[in-house]
Amino acid sequence: MEITVDARGLSCPQPVLLVAKEIEKGVFPIIVKVDGATACENIRRFALTRKLKVSITESGDESIITIQKE
Amino acid sequence: MQHSINDFFRSRRGIIAVGAIIGILGPTLQKLGNPPNMGICVACFERDITGALGLHRAATVQYLRPEIFGFVLGSLIAALLFREFKARGGPAPIIRFILGFFGMIGSLVFLGCPWRAWFRLAGGDINGLIGLIGLATGILIGIVFLKNGYSLGRSNKTHAAAGYVFPLIMAALLLLAIFRPTFGPENSGPIFSSESGPGSKHAPLLISLAFGLLIGFLAQRTRFCTVGAVRDIVLLKDFHLGSGILSLGISAFLMNLIYGQFHPGFQGMPIAHSNVIWNLLGMILAGLAYCLAGGCPGRQLFLSGEGDTDAGIFVLGMITGAAFAHNFGLAGSPDSVVDGVLKIGGISSNGMIMVGIGLLVCVLIGLTMREKVQ
Repeated sequence: MEITVDARGLSCPQPVLLVAKEIEKGVFPIIVKVDGATACENIRRFALTRKLKVSITESGDESIITIQKE
Repeated sequence: MQHSINDFFRSRRGIIAVGAIIGILGPTLQKLGNPPNMGICVACFERDITGALGLHRAATVQYLRPEIFGFVLGSLIAALLFREFKARGGPAPIIRFILGFFGMIGSLVFLGCPWRAWFRLAGGDINGLIGLIGLATGILIGIVFLKNGYSLGRSNKTHAAAGYVFPLIMAALLLLAIFRPTFGPENSGPIFSSESGPGSKHAPLLISLAFGLLIGFLAQRTRFCTVGAVRDIVLLKDFHLGSGILSLGISAFLMNLIYGQFHPGFQGMPIAHSNVIWNLLGMILAGLAYCLAGGCPGRQLFLSGEGDTDAGIFVLGMITGAAFAHNFGLAGSPDSVVDGVLKIGGISSNGMIMVGIGLLVCVLIGLTMREKVQ
């Protein structure tokens, strides 16, 4: 699995901004790695408002968010 | 069980409910003794704590505010319960300190943090609206930097003990507030407590603490942030946090009506000055500093409770800023009535110069702290 966006350790709103840039490019799936619940929730909410499909897998402190077109 | 609680807190209903609770508790604290049109003000309360510790000697603004300790400890409890406590720190702590310093200077020029700007407006003080316009302008400037790659770098996991340091400082200050020990000669100090002015006005300690703990807990769960609210609306067209803040404003307004605390006006408002230019410029500086630091002063307290050492450093910067603001005569002076005549307050020329320096420093930080463009 290739990580498109590594948003670990970044403070608000940088994780969402990075993901927004990738969504604009329109190449899916977008795989995002985050290490905080806030960034994870923000990205999830942002992608859902863009009518995209979001799945999240958690491993330890980190989460992998996969964003796909419906 | 934890899942459904989490779902509620991250939902639109969750953030609106928490905004409403803060909007109810603020005016209630006022009713119980906190300063008028203040309810809860993170900047003012940290300034009062600074004074209580003798780090500034403005006699009217000294009190160990339990709300602030409650915010951090409530957030700590929530973070531990929901397994979100994570000690972490980034590569530019001194920049966070400086941003906290100037954020406090800007807030004390206006006389309030973003929370108080809302509470002031909800109490009828039109200057609150001026402050909010300034705040939004500062955030907009910050957004320009964010869009151009501004970043203070990635934070990394650190020793758990480091994450507990700031909450432990808050717990220690809370113990000082409760037991009021004296260290000086003839049972004096070092904890100062105002006998008049805003610092002398406070709700009973245990109520302030309980409300603070509750807000800290709820805000940690919902990521409540007044600066993030504006930033997300402009940058992402995301109204999630914004709906929580609006809920705070409306419920605080309604509570003030119920309590008879709504007194509309522009001049002579409680602990406020009506100098439009400096209300605006003060909050532009504050908004920019908070936006560059990633969150409003309240949010920084909640983050410090979940182990974010950068947020803890930011708060220490704010406390230092408060000490300088009063020791160097930089803070705003409220409008006052002297011999029956209204005297318009404002800020000293020292304060004006410091706002200019602050804006310059924040702009330089925004320009120079950038991730390499990939």
